[in-house]
Amino acid sequence: MTAATYSDGSEPFEFRMLFYDKRYRSITLQIITIVLFMLAVAWLVDNVVQNFRDLGKDFSFGFLFQPASYDINQTLIEYTSRSPHWKAAVVGILNTLLIAFLGCIAATIVGVLIGVARLSQNWLVSRFMTVYIEGFRNVPVLLWILLMSTIFATALPSPRQAPQLLGGALVPTNRGFYLPAFEWGAGSLPLVIIFLLSIVAIIVFRRWARTRQQETGEILPVFWISLALFFLPSLIAFFLLGRPIGLEFAELKGFNYQGGLYVRNSFMALWLALSLYTAAFIAENVRAGIQAISKGQTEASYSLGLPPSRTMNLVILPQALRIIIPPLISQYLNLTKNSSLAIAVGYMDITGTLGGITLNQTGREMECLLLVMGFYLIVSLLISGVMNVYNSAVALKER
Amino acid sequence: MSDTHSQANQSIHYVAQSMLPEQPAPLSTSGPVAWMRENLFANWRDTILTVIFGAAILAIIVNLLPWLFLDAVFYADDIRQCRELGEGACFAVVTSRFDQLIFGFYPGHLYWRPILTFVLMLLAFAPVLHDNLPRKLLWFTAVFPLLAYWLLWGGSIWGPILIVAMVAVCFVVFRLLVTAINPTLSALATFVVAVAWLMFVQGPWTDGLSAIANVGLEPVESAKFGGFLITFVIGVTGIVGSLPLGILLALGRKSDMPVVKMICVGFIEFIRGVPLITLLFVASTLLNYFLPPGTSFDLILRVLIMVTLFASAYMAEVIRGGLAALPRGQYEAADALGLNYWQGTQLIILPQALKISIPGIVNTFIGLFKDTTLVSIVGILDPIGIMQPIRSTSEWNGIIWELPIFIGLVFFVACFVMSRYSMYFERKLDTGHRS
Amino acid sequence: MKTKLLTMALGAAAFAGVSTAASAATLDDVKAKGFLQCGVSTGVPGFAFTDDNGDWQGFDPAICRAVAAAVFGDPTAVKFTPTTGKTRFTALASGEVDMLARNTTETFSRDVDLKFSFAPVNYYDGQGFMVRKDLGVDSAKSLDGATICIQTGTTTELNLADYFRANNMNYEPVPIETNAEAQEKYLANACDVYTTDASGLAATRAAFENAADHVILPEIISKEPLAPLVRHGDDQWFDIVKWTVNALITAEEKGVTGANADDMAANSNDPEVRRLLGSEGELGAMFGLEANWALNAIKAGGNYGEIFARYIGEETPVGLARGLNALYTDGGLLYSAPFR
Repeated sequence: MTAATYSDGSEPFEFRMLFYDKRYRSITLQIITIVLFMLAVAWLVDNVVQNFRDLGKDFSFGFLFQPASYDINQTLIEYTSRSPHWKAAVVGILNTLLIAFLGCIAATIVGVLIGVARLSQNWLVSRFMTVYIEGFRNVPVLLWILLMSTIFATALPSPRQAPQLLGGALVPTNRGFYLPAFEWGAGSLPLVIIFLLSIVAIIVFRRWARTRQQETGEILPVFWISLALFFLPSLIAFFLLGRPIGLEFAELKGFNYQGGLYVRNSFMALWLALSLYTAAFIAENVRAGIQAISKGQTEASYSLGLPPSRTMNLVILPQALRIIIPPLISQYLNLTKNSSLAIAVGYMDITGTLGGITLNQTGREMECLLLVMGFYLIVSLLISGVMNVYNSAVALKER
Repeated sequence: MSDTHSQANQSIHYVAQSMLPEQPAPLSTSGPVAWMRENLFANWRDTILTVIFGAAILAIIVNLLPWLFLDAVFYADDIRQCRELGEGACFAVVTSRFDQLIFGFYPGHLYWRPILTFVLMLLAFAPVLHDNLPRKLLWFTAVFPLLAYWLLWGGSIWGPILIVAMVAVCFVVFRLLVTAINPTLSALATFVVAVAWLMFVQGPWTDGLSAIANVGLEPVESAKFGGFLITFVIGVTGIVGSLPLGILLALGRKSDMPVVKMICVGFIEFIRGVPLITLLFVASTLLNYFLPPGTSFDLILRVLIMVTLFASAYMAEVIRGGLAALPRGQYEAADALGLNYWQGTQLIILPQALKISIPGIVNTFIGLFKDTTLVSIVGILDPIGIMQPIRSTSEWNGIIWELPIFIGLVFFVACFVMSRYSMYFERKLDTGHRS
Repeated sequence: MKTKLLTMALGAAAFAGVSTAASAATLDDVKAKGFLQCGVSTGVPGFAFTDDNGDWQGFDPAICRAVAAAVFGDPTAVKFTPTTGKTRFTALASGEVDMLARNTTETFSRDVDLKFSFAPVNYYDGQGFMVRKDLGVDSAKSLDGATICIQTGTTTELNLADYFRANNMNYEPVPIETNAEAQEKYLANACDVYTTDASGLAATRAAFENAADHVILPEIISKEPLAPLVRHGDDQWFDIVKWTVNALITAEEKGVTGANADDMAANSNDPEVRRLLGSEGELGAMFGLEANWALNAIKAGGNYGEIFARYIGEETPVGLARGLNALYTDGGLLYSAPFR
């Protein structure tokens, strides 16, 4: 250490200056820190190397290209037990992203509704929402996940006794929910293109309507026109093209229903628990955001003659969003990280495949956990990157 | 204005000379009816909402209440007897396995030790959370971790006493050196002394003193810990251990030395970026590889280490918030008084920043307290982990709802009380600022 | 100052919990710390479970007790670490436990790649299927499309994948961490089939209220030789574990029981019994134990047959027949190398 600090000082000055002279002290301290830090890291790495050598283990990612030899129930891409481990990991990553994405959407919708309802004039409604928020916030999410899973497993009937709701479109069983799946026939491609085009048309129309409103003050029935644009072209094309997209219903064959869209209870339990739990936190953020907007804004809006719903949509929410969104995004981050609890209900996310079965079967803890943590780290950094971009975009521009 | 009135009062006879007696407000603006009209049936939308929610609440009560309370069985030997005694919930499983849910497999005749530790813990936290208590109590707070460790795990008393001695020696060394040389160097020297003490003095002297006078408590191994005891041990250790680490990280993150800042930011962002469960997997499968060959901790200690590291990253962010909330003038004032960095931090900045951070720290603790349930996934018998063995015994095989309901309730009460406290403290701080 | 004090206190507390183990001579380490640290499973009826006091009982802990008795002469000088499918190998490799007695299947890759040495097999098992009787299934070949509960981290999920692939059938795996959880799911009808080692199925079924409503299908789709294991690289320690298991098997073969072991040691005329029990020769000293090491091991919980009968035999709720696990003289596979 002393050698390091000596060699650093090129001028002939006293050793004491390194510690007492403000010009050098910070550099000295940093060099000491680096040396200590490197020593600590070297110590840890050396321990790992020694331990691995003692145990005859090696560090390599070659196992990722060996066949995984195990099956996964929910796979969004083609996967069999002969597929390599890296593919199992990809299946897990996609499952994580799926649950995180759908969870964030559901949590936002429920959270905003509850946050607004929490401020309702109606005593019963606001109390009910308070109970909901406190109830979900103060009980561990793991317990909620386990409870949801138990509810689905015990309260729903087995496939053979399951009722066929909505003419067989929804079959709730204690293993999962069967929904109709799309059947893509010939001519479905143009239909999809028409649908996407109508969505683009809606976006363009709304932009145009807004500029028009700002220029002329005339308000168009934007909502109804958007709704019509959403449905009409696609529906007309659907019948003109001879119903290219059909629905495939699940049917009871052998042990289980076959066909259709199978939403497993492991997914449902995790999705519901995560969304409802996170929604309670989001609701509090929404409430805090709305309450942070000064009462004068509401009064000003009323005195301009805006009805309460428009006051909320046009005056309060746009201002509240600035406050709500940063904590909202960190809730998204929490939800994504909490989705790793999938392992408790057997939903095969990245922790379940790469960090679970692959790790167990290959005995490569170091490699598997590094990859799993790396994945979550990348997702977290991406989410917080989005947050930073947003923050700088909406930051109050002081002129 | 007033004198025109008084003149008018004298002369004009149709002006009333006395007040009418006060009447109670009409029934339509006060009392329960008015309250209901205002809060439940203000307009047609409110009315619909009230009806819908009222019906929902009523349905929940009608369906759950009999099962939950009226028909529930609270004392029975096993599930079969339970089902005979009543139709409702079988909370007998909670009463008969209460000890295991609270203490795990901690030896029955030693239950007084965790209970005493819990009471002492409340006592130790009191001066931190209530600033009108005598400051001398903080000394007890400082000694508490050692006391708790000794009470819970037992063993010779000389170990903890020698640690106290080590702290005293370090303190003296630091004080002597700090007047002679620079604080950074003396901190380093003190650190070396502490490490040397732990490596060469602690073990042999403990054995030696124990051989002379064997004073101690019956040792209890970590594997016996379970139930809410382990929840508290992990939660409190995590939060107490993370406080010093979190302070250092927060200071490091605010530091103007790029290297220090980079290391701290890297650590904080890494820990906050990965789920706790992966860190627990590291504790359960990897941590031993990072130790010198031949050493190994037991699982609970490994989990404690990881949870402390995990909490320290969150703690650092809370304290950073506290540091950021301090007015710039405080830092400048510290400089103006001629205090160096550590003096200023210790005397001016930290006391204030920590006080502002207390609500945040309590919230971090609530989060951590709930997150301790994750240790059940790596095989520690916390309340959720201990559900499994209880449910697989032949007496209680088939119990489903009662245990999670009880566990959820305990968590709810604990977390709710803490969150209310944190809100109360926040309000108190708030007024403090304005006055 | 206070914060610094806390850090140091915690550091020291952690320091006090450090134990050293896993150097080259495991026996010396075990002797030095005064107890054997043994990894067991988190709970399989009959094989490993905790009694009301939280003490570990069962077929696997009994092996640990026998080894502890062989080393220390005291069957209680053992501490148990419950391990899951995920943590077991790390616990052993990192030296957290000295041996693993935990329904672990001996396989090539666990021996060669993970570097563990397997003692003689103490239970020959195979993977089977359990279904509800009312499903009307009588063969595993007709399980196409079934939902199957399966414990993850075990060889069973690999066998299952192989079996269904080989027979060109589909299935829906429901991965589960523990036996108790699997049982709950299966009973709630959330899966049609539960698959695990046949012994585990029998034990699980025995705990059901209506055991007769469930059948175990005749197909056994794998070989699962379960054996205690230790780390590679310490032959002396491996020998101790290996020959303790052999001693229990030989004891049954020669009619030495926990009750008559002392008597046999003094009075038996059979030279192998005398060598085994330490009345003759110096077998114990060869690997650094007392002469009466095997005597102590047998007295700890009886011979192999007694342990089997006490925890998992036909008289117990688990109710397993000896089957493959009978002595070779009775048509089974248990065949100990001679004590000579």
